[in-house]
Amino acid sequence: MSELTLRIANTSKSYAGPEGSTVEAVREVNLDLAPGEFMSLGGPSGCGKSSVLLIAGGLLRPDEGEVEILGNNLYRQKGAQRAAIRAKYLGFVFQQFHLVPYLGALDNILAPSLAQPLPDATERAMDLLEQFGLSDRRGHLPSALSVGEQQRVALARALLTKPKLLLADEPTGNLDPENAEGILERLATFAGEGGSVLMVTHDKRAAERATRSIRMEKGRIPIAQ
Amino acid sequence: MNVGRLIILEIMHRKLGFALAVATVATSVAALVAVAILLGAHDLRTTQMLDEMNAETDRMEENFTREMKAYEDGVRKTMKGLGFNVFIFPEGQELDEVYAEGFASKTMPETYANTLAESKIVTVNHLLPSLTRKLKWPERERTVILIGIRGEVPIAHRDPKKPLIDPVSKGQIVLGYELHRSLGLQEGNSTTFMGLDFTIEKCHSERGTKDDVTIWMHLEECQELLGEKGRINAIKALECNCASIDRLGEIRREIAAILPGTKVIETESKALARAEARNKAKKLSQTAIAAKKNETANLRADRERLRLEDEQKYTALLTAVILVSMIWVAFLVFSNTRDRQSEIGILRAMGISTGSILAVLMGRAFLVGLAGAGLTLILAILLSGALRESLHGFELQSLVGYVPIVLLSVPALSCAASWLPALQAANRDPATILRNE
Repeated sequence: MSELTLRIANTSKSYAGPEGSTVEAVREVNLDLAPGEFMSLGGPSGCGKSSVLLIAGGLLRPDEGEVEILGNNLYRQKGAQRAAIRAKYLGFVFQQFHLVPYLGALDNILAPSLAQPLPDATERAMDLLEQFGLSDRRGHLPSALSVGEQQRVALARALLTKPKLLLADEPTGNLDPENAEGILERLATFAGEGGSVLMVTHDKRAAERATRSIRMEKGRIPIAQ
Repeated sequence: MNVGRLIILEIMHRKLGFALAVATVATSVAALVAVAILLGAHDLRTTQMLDEMNAETDRMEENFTREMKAYEDGVRKTMKGLGFNVFIFPEGQELDEVYAEGFASKTMPETYANTLAESKIVTVNHLLPSLTRKLKWPERERTVILIGIRGEVPIAHRDPKKPLIDPVSKGQIVLGYELHRSLGLQEGNSTTFMGLDFTIEKCHSERGTKDDVTIWMHLEECQELLGEKGRINAIKALECNCASIDRLGEIRREIAAILPGTKVIETESKALARAEARNKAKKLSQTAIAAKKNETANLRADRERLRLEDEQKYTALLTAVILVSMIWVAFLVFSNTRDRQSEIGILRAMGISTGSILAVLMGRAFLVGLAGAGLTLILAILLSGALRESLHGFELQSLVGYVPIVLLSVPALSCAASWLPALQAANRDPATILRNE
């Protein structure tokens, strides 16, 4: 059996609520993601799915439980080592794109090379631009791109370092059906090429593109799934 | 992609924010340069003023040397036409004794003075008979020189002249400096001398000669006290003069013709008179030069005090300007990082370290400082020509040595001001940022 890309075991996370109360966002969540798997994580707003994504990405330390990326226990590492694991194995795609506003499309795609120098970064970025149909937009700032183009740039950026795991938080939330389809297609292709995708979405059509769908409720993932 | 490119592209994108920060730093550096220029101009003006005063003092000293020489020549020429003083001593008086003791031991009749005055003598202008003895003041246990004088004997065939020396009235005495000082006597006091009561008519100031231990009294009372009634031991002939080259010889011959056997010697040479005149002139000039030097020293002290005061004021002002600028730069950095929260969050999510984020923010702060300092220095160089006149000729080039210090310290200060907001931004929790966004 090949090594799991992501393993989340018995993970819980609480936040401080109003007037000293505690909000249990994630409760004893267990989740495994194998290479080539495209998993969608659904559920109503506030059910804790985005928190699971951030925990999986090494950005939100859980109160309990363990998270492993390709066998590396994320939260037993120091901050710098965790950052290095993110740079090496992970790619992020967000609903709000989070493009750097003063960088053109090409430079935005190249941004991850700041963390992990890549010998062929520019060639790969140019290749990604072409794959995503953005070759003529390489110098355009995000403000000059359509939302669909912006999300494509964000996805190309996430793919620059050839990650093992893509973490996508509502990647189609701001897109029209045509652009959403394009993005989902790219995610499926990535998984088809051996990568793993964990996509948070409450869009049924998006969830249908995944190879496995999980629904969260009140911070839990029902065992039956 | 590298940190430098990220910094440059961000600056190009947020030009206004960068320009505001650069303008803030430039204002601080301008204040620093202005203070340096003002203090430099002050120092230059001080040097100019002191140079002018020193040159004036040098000129005065040169003039003094030249004038002294001219004055000495003038005095020498004038002295040729002036009279000199002689003493006439009794016949048979040994002059070596006079030189040793300062007065004659032998006496001559007081009438000699009258004889001389009534003669047709032409070489003498004033005649002063006197009786001098060195003795012990019995009541005070002090050795004194007692001189009895009667004032000038008018020369019969001349118009009366203003007397050179006033006589002492009967019943009164005049005391030399050392006597009245050591005995605590003052003008108007009474004192007893050799059994007789006298009132002190006058107390002389210090002369540094035997006059300081001398008592002057009326000749007649002196003759009575010494038992030398009608006798004197010297006649002082003042302002003697004649047209011939051997003036003393001529006077001697004339006096010998009237008072045979008397001895005539010259006192107080012309050279001495010249030296006195020269010393007086020298003293006056030296006083003037000393006053000038004192004025220069006072000016230097005033200017140094003024500079210290200016320096203190400027330092306080500069500190305030730099402090306000640093706070403002910190605020601008804080504002910049707030605008870049999303960018910082995603960069952190990509695995870019806190150190790299900090390097991006601090690199920008360094460039703010460098641009602010550079801009001010360039402006200062461009304005240096126009400012030169109003700065007493102060050359801005003289501050060139400080340029490397400014170009290093200002970016360092800019980084210091940016450090806290940059550190806070770099350490912000990316999960919180991304979730909130």
